[in-house]
Amino acid sequence: MANKRIDQPTGTPTVGHEWDGIEELDTPLPRWWLWTFYLTIAFSVGYVIAYPAWPMIDRATEGVLGWSSRGELAEEMSAADQARATVREQLARIPIERLPEDGPLMQQAVAGGAAAFRVNCVQCHGSGAAGSQELGYPNLNDDDWLWGGDLKAIEYTLAHGIRQAGDDETRSSVMPPFAGAFDTDQLNALTDHVLAFSGKAESNPVGAQIYADNCAACHGIRGEGDRAQGAPTLNDAIWLRGSSREAIKQQILNPRMGMMPKWEGRLDPVTLKMLAAYVHSLGGGEDFVEVAEDPEVAVDEQP
Amino acid sequence: MPERLYEPRKAVHNKRIDGPFRRFKWLVMLVTLGIYYVTPWIRWDRGPYAPDQAVLVDLANRRFYMFSIEIWPHEFYFVAGLLIMAGIGLFLVTSAVGRAWCGYACPQTVWTDLFQHVDRFVDGDRNARIRLDAAPWTWSKVARRAFKWSIYLFIGFWTGGAWIMYFADAPTLVEDFWRGEAASVAYITVAVLTLTTVTLGGFMREQVCIYMCPWPRIQTAMMDEKSLLVTYKDWRGEPRGSVKKAAKNPDRFGDCIDCTQCVQVCPTGIDIREGPQIGCITCGLCIDACDRVMDDIGRPRGLIDYATLEDCEREAAGEAVKSPWRTLLRPRTIAYTMIWAGIGGALLFALGTRSHTELTVAPDRNPPFMLMSDGSVRNSYTLKIRNMESRPRAMEIAVEGLPGALMWTDTINRDEASATQRVTVPADLVRAVRAYVAVPVGTAPQQFEFRVTSLDEQRETDVVETRFDAPEDE
Repeated sequence: MANKRIDQPTGTPTVGHEWDGIEELDTPLPRWWLWTFYLTIAFSVGYVIAYPAWPMIDRATEGVLGWSSRGELAEEMSAADQARATVREQLARIPIERLPEDGPLMQQAVAGGAAAFRVNCVQCHGSGAAGSQELGYPNLNDDDWLWGGDLKAIEYTLAHGIRQAGDDETRSSVMPPFAGAFDTDQLNALTDHVLAFSGKAESNPVGAQIYADNCAACHGIRGEGDRAQGAPTLNDAIWLRGSSREAIKQQILNPRMGMMPKWEGRLDPVTLKMLAAYVHSLGGGEDFVEVAEDPEVAVDEQP
Repeated sequence: MPERLYEPRKAVHNKRIDGPFRRFKWLVMLVTLGIYYVTPWIRWDRGPYAPDQAVLVDLANRRFYMFSIEIWPHEFYFVAGLLIMAGIGLFLVTSAVGRAWCGYACPQTVWTDLFQHVDRFVDGDRNARIRLDAAPWTWSKVARRAFKWSIYLFIGFWTGGAWIMYFADAPTLVEDFWRGEAASVAYITVAVLTLTTVTLGGFMREQVCIYMCPWPRIQTAMMDEKSLLVTYKDWRGEPRGSVKKAAKNPDRFGDCIDCTQCVQVCPTGIDIREGPQIGCITCGLCIDACDRVMDDIGRPRGLIDYATLEDCEREAAGEAVKSPWRTLLRPRTIAYTMIWAGIGGALLFALGTRSHTELTVAPDRNPPFMLMSDGSVRNSYTLKIRNMESRPRAMEIAVEGLPGALMWTDTINRDEASATQRVTVPADLVRAVRAYVAVPVGTAPQQFEFRVTSLDEQRETDVVETRFDAPEDE
């Protein structure tokens, strides 16, 4: 079958096969090409010995250098951690109340918190921390805080969450459902009264009476809310569940209540501190005033 | 034996010569090398917040200092302008006095000249060097070569060593360099420049001008019959003949006695009598050599001379030559001068009137606005305030054209909110300020301005228009 011959015009031997009259020249490789080819073979042998290569049953051969992409990542991460170690140690030592006194450290904490926020918090609160009224995730940029907006209160909320099952120290409040308790007129009157706090409707005696009997205990007689119980302020412009009459009626009859997971145990205390600093820095953060006497707020000062 | 693929270099062993052009070359070498080596050591007081080196390219901090001028990266057009001026300056010089840059001031010329003096110092003048080149490799030749090349290396090292001084504080860098504590890039730069200096100046020499440099090609396109060139006046010199022959037959021979002095002194090894050519860098050393010979044999000077082609023709025809001023002042040189001066003036004007305070504003887009509990609407902005003075400055930030607006920042509490705030911007830096601006209920979305004013006697100000977002209607 093989019919090697010398091709006359080029003087090159053919490989000896013919396909419909087409033959192939057996042109010798350029020497540099051949040597490069041998070099790659030599290299591949070395590579297979040095690096992970052969797939085995549960994992690949390890290679004598012990290199792995995971190991490399871990090394890079630990190098980055090393670089941040001083800042983290300072943050671990400082009680969060005194963080604002240390401007540069506060800036570092805010920057670190911004990074942690993008990983852990944006899923609900959004990348701009603006939350979502539709879904009931609070806006963290404004100055309305259900549970307090100073660094310590924010850190506590982060650590223990809100309505977190299984955490005894979680922040918890319940708005009872009033479905069936009022007839339509009463409900309308109550809604008017609530809207009147922020000047959006006329108050009326019926609504005022119902409010005083059922709502004032938590929300305050003028709708000022109560942070100790997590009762929302009703006399301001911010409505987590919407400010329309419909939305308010809905919230009276069948209240929706959000849930914030606890992050203690999932994030280390320094990251929690940084997150608190970041959320505080978004523009609505408060100084330590009211919540100072809140006995439940404790700072984890253990590094 | 296959054909040779290249033409081997014919070594140039140029002879020592003295004369006005040689002395001018010494002077230019002294001045240019002096500038190169001394400049980084000049101090210039800029106060405690900026380096005190007069000329410094501070790559790490992205600043370029030149005496009282400080250039930031966003002002790179100044450097571009300087480069354009340098280019047009070369055009001007070339059209006025020919290849004066090549002949006197080009670093390749200056360093080649320096290395040729080293050759002469170590190996002797032309004839001794030709003999030594041809001689077999004896120990004494090896020793001589080793000595000469170590001087080459020494010159190369100091060339690279001076270069790095422009990029860091010179005294500190020298100390760190010898202690082995300088940045590795400093050592690499010195090594590379040592190598290139020795290669280009020590060994390649005129081949750089003839084969590598694009400038001679560009210059040939820029010269005309009115450009000054080093010219052999063939109408006067030809036919060549020795003094003896000429004495016998005075009418047959020209002034050139074919002594080849002009060829022997040429640093690029050409024969100027073959006419204008790309290898001629117009250094004028052949003029020195020829004038000396003409003096010796009692013939008029100027057989080889700076002349324009036009003048040569006139002179040959026995007409009067034009005044040199006619060569220098003609429409082309005047146009180049005006363009050059125009760019220079514009740069100086821009430099003199530039503001040392600048503001950029980036409004937050997520969320675009924020409802506060009292019903007011807040927008957030990142302001970047640039302080180009080398001292900290107090700046006033003002919100203008937004009725009822109150502003606070990341460092100023909301309790102290006001339409104007003060911040201090550190010396020679950009400070980022988070600014929160709130307006009363019912304000419509609109454009407004941030104004930054320096609170010093300069009262520099910068205004940036930006947008205030608010809910369209409730």
